Amino acid sequence: MTELLIDDIRKELDDGNVTSDELFNESIEKANKFQDVYNSFVTIMDKKEEVNSNSLLSGIPYALKDNISTKGILTTGSSNILKDYIPVYDATVYRKLKEAGAVLVGKTVLDELAMGGSGTTGHTGIVRNPWNKERSIGGSSSGSAASVALGIVPFSIGSDTGDSIRKPAAYGGIVGFKPTYGRVSRYGLFAFASSLDTVGVMARSIRDISYVMDIIKGHDDNDMTSLPDENIKYSDNLDNDVSGRKLFYIKEALENNSGNEELKRIIDNFYRTVDKARELGFEVEEVSFDKVLLEAVYPAYNVISCAEATSNNSNLTGITFGNRVEGSNINDIMIKTRTEGFSELIKRRFVIGSYVLQKENQDKLFLNACRVRRLIVDKMNELFKRYDGLILPSTEKIAPRFDEASDKLGDDYLILGNHLIIGNFGGFPSISIPSGFVNDMPISVNITGRAKEDALVLNMANKLEGILGFRGQVSKSE
Amino acid sequence: MSKYIPVIGLEVHCELKSNSKNFSSSKNGDGEVNTNLCPLDIGYPGTLPVVNREAVRKSLMVALALNCEVPQKLCFDRKNYYYPDLPKGYQITQFGHPIGIHGYVMIDTESGPKKITIQDTHLEEDTANMDHMSTYSLIDYNRAGVPLLETVTDPCISSADEAILYLEAYRNILLYLDASDARADLGQIRVDVNVSLKREEDKELGTRVEMKNINSFKTVREAIVSEIDRQTKILESGGIIEQETRRYDENLGTSVFMRSKVDAVDYKYYRESNIPEIRLRDSFISDVKNSLPILEYERRHKYIDVYGIGKVDAYTLTKDKKLSDYFEKIISYGSNPVDTSNMIVGFLLGYINKNYLSLDDININEEDFSSIIKMMSDSKISNKQAKDIFTKAIEDNKNVMDIAKEIGSQISDKEEIRRIINEVFSENSKVIDDYKNGKNVNGFIMGLIMKKTSGKVNPGVTNIVLKEELEKL
Repeated sequence: MTELLIDDIRKELDDGNVTSDELFNESIEKANKFQDVYNSFVTIMDKKEEVNSNSLLSGIPYALKDNISTKGILTTGSSNILKDYIPVYDATVYRKLKEAGAVLVGKTVLDELAMGGSGTTGHTGIVRNPWNKERSIGGSSSGSAASVALGIVPFSIGSDTGDSIRKPAAYGGIVGFKPTYGRVSRYGLFAFASSLDTVGVMARSIRDISYVMDIIKGHDDNDMTSLPDENIKYSDNLDNDVSGRKLFYIKEALENNSGNEELKRIIDNFYRTVDKARELGFEVEEVSFDKVLLEAVYPAYNVISCAEATSNNSNLTGITFGNRVEGSNINDIMIKTRTEGFSELIKRRFVIGSYVLQKENQDKLFLNACRVRRLIVDKMNELFKRYDGLILPSTEKIAPRFDEASDKLGDDYLILGNHLIIGNFGGFPSISIPSGFVNDMPISVNITGRAKEDALVLNMANKLEGILGFRGQVSKSE
Repeated sequence: MSKYIPVIGLEVHCELKSNSKNFSSSKNGDGEVNTNLCPLDIGYPGTLPVVNREAVRKSLMVALALNCEVPQKLCFDRKNYYYPDLPKGYQITQFGHPIGIHGYVMIDTESGPKKITIQDTHLEEDTANMDHMSTYSLIDYNRAGVPLLETVTDPCISSADEAILYLEAYRNILLYLDASDARADLGQIRVDVNVSLKREEDKELGTRVEMKNINSFKTVREAIVSEIDRQTKILESGGIIEQETRRYDENLGTSVFMRSKVDAVDYKYYRESNIPEIRLRDSFISDVKNSLPILEYERRHKYIDVYGIGKVDAYTLTKDKKLSDYFEKIISYGSNPVDTSNMIVGFLLGYINKNYLSLDDININEEDFSSIIKMMSDSKISNKQAKDIFTKAIEDNKNVMDIAKEIGSQISDKEEIRRIINEVFSENSKVIDDYKNGKNVNGFIMGLIMKKTSGKVNPGVTNIVLKEELEKL
């Protein structure tokens, strides 16, 4: 029953066909059953949290990314440095879900400290794609994506700094929503890059995403960057008329100069999706975007995110918490703790981050990256005056095989492989929606909208989802 | 060759008073070791800073009192470095957009008023307290995150004396604003000192040496004097001053090497994105501006120039805002400022000190104080009677005006005074002899009369009658 949509589970609960305890047990059983192969979880709960609520989510099981603080429950960030860390406070998103009666099933594996996109760098091992276990699910919200795609839970919470919700959602054939920056409190989310980090939702339908968003969104006194409350329920606005809504796609992002067959099929799927959108009344136009700027997206992201990550993770020294490695003096303790606690990939990012922030490099590298970010966001905001959203394929490829997947910061560059970052640059709401299959692997399209217009983005996505026909999709794995 | 001139700059760190810390809700104040803390203060993952409005308001008050330009937007930056007293691995501070820039503080030097120019003042957070033992270290995080205001002067101070005058003036601004208790003995105020030497004809400043974290003004003076001496000796022997950071060692009486410029830490400052830009509205800034009290320097000069109070007394009266406020309220009821000042400085403060009291223990309200001074100025009571009234009022905790009635007004009746004088004459025949031998005995006899009457006679009238009576002899 945990593979159903929330409305259906709700009905079963309300009709008395199932109890929340039975649902919880079913989730736990599935979680355990799939754990050996797919490795979605760092922690599977052994006890159900009892909170009475009459909210829609009451009794509904869900999974939480293991970089979100849960009081009394191990939270590792999938890093050795925090492998025994038990937080003393609750993240706002967790508290809200708990108060709404949603039932935590487990804490999901991520790429170490949310830095990475392969699902292979967590300290408890790699996460496998439920559609094909030889393939990656992407990351960094790897376990959150897999647990939904496997039908263990109807929804999960992830975090998205560059594409960390939307990409694994796309590789897993589910919906992934990165709300507007500040729409959901970051209080309790282990910081990766504070100016980009966003808490979001993964589920099997846009309606389910909206139900969860209605619970977790809102201003939080603990997060100065959280937005003021809106008096609107996203789930009440999903079926609003979209005819006349204008979308654009970026011409330069859809070039396929190498003639790659897989990419060709992804682009074909995209154009068919655009046709369907037009059937719904959307106006979809092609827009040309400065290629130099587009090619600067990933380098700028790399610089900004590594810089912020270096600083944000400077608290991991083993002094007040974490996996301390003893040393001859206090500096030695910090050095040893960090040397042993982080994997090589993480250290690479810290080195890059430190380098770009150094006095002599900062203007040329870090501040220039910030300027590029500003230019891209300005251009997007200009386009958003004419259009309600940007639509593009979510990814430039299907979930890669493990021998292809790499978190090394490589030389290959594809505009299509990096456009999701634009959503984080501008804090725009952005959603990935399943749109078909290539080589038996799910692919998706992504809509990015104006900042603060989460309701409209969900509304447009819901309409599109309705005509695409992959609502409620669960992987065929056994 | 001309002599070397010292050029000194000061960076003063001062903890601000507030209920909670600068970016968390933990208490800012006394407490058992490691009790005033929350997840943010110890850098737990996922915590976020929330700016303390009170700390912003207080630092804005200081910025305005320092005559600084204040920004329209408030921004914070991160200063990144690793040390266990800094649990987040960075300090939240204001690097690019301080809360105040280009200000000044006036001081009165021996050669006249001098403007000490302020480069900037910025709001940041304090670090934890650490104690290093031989085999282990102890950390108390109570102080971590306490609002800290750092005020940086230009290199414009030219002697240890000036430095101390500035530090006292700056501390008094903080005290006047009630922005901080500024107690050096509790580490609430700490000073970094930059010293360089140049010759008069040199256009450029000399190489500067920084001495960090000095926590008493007395030590600041010693450090400056000894550093000037050290650098002078080096230069005079043909040596070169290295740009470096030193630590003043009180026991050695000189500074010792800490690190050179080459080893300077790159703090990798960048914007703290967890705190959005905070707009400081003009109305808010002008509200704060209007709430500022008149400060020590202005008050002191008013007391001297307008009221005609002596310099030393004016200093004494304005050193403590409470005392200055008390004085001003008293004279607002119409008593003569000089007589009031004389009574406060000449009598009340002495009384307070002698009896280990504070101004708070003095129960004489300003209006009554003023009335007594007025009676004294109008020769209705003597100076001694006024003091007696105040003493009795404090000691017996009684109403001043009741005591004034009790003690009664002065004896001003000429015939009554003549009778007293003649009594004194008959009791002291030697004085009469002295007078007849040409000695000046007026003062001595006045003393005897005062003693006999407990100072109750009107001195003016007594003087006249005494002259008359002496002539009769």
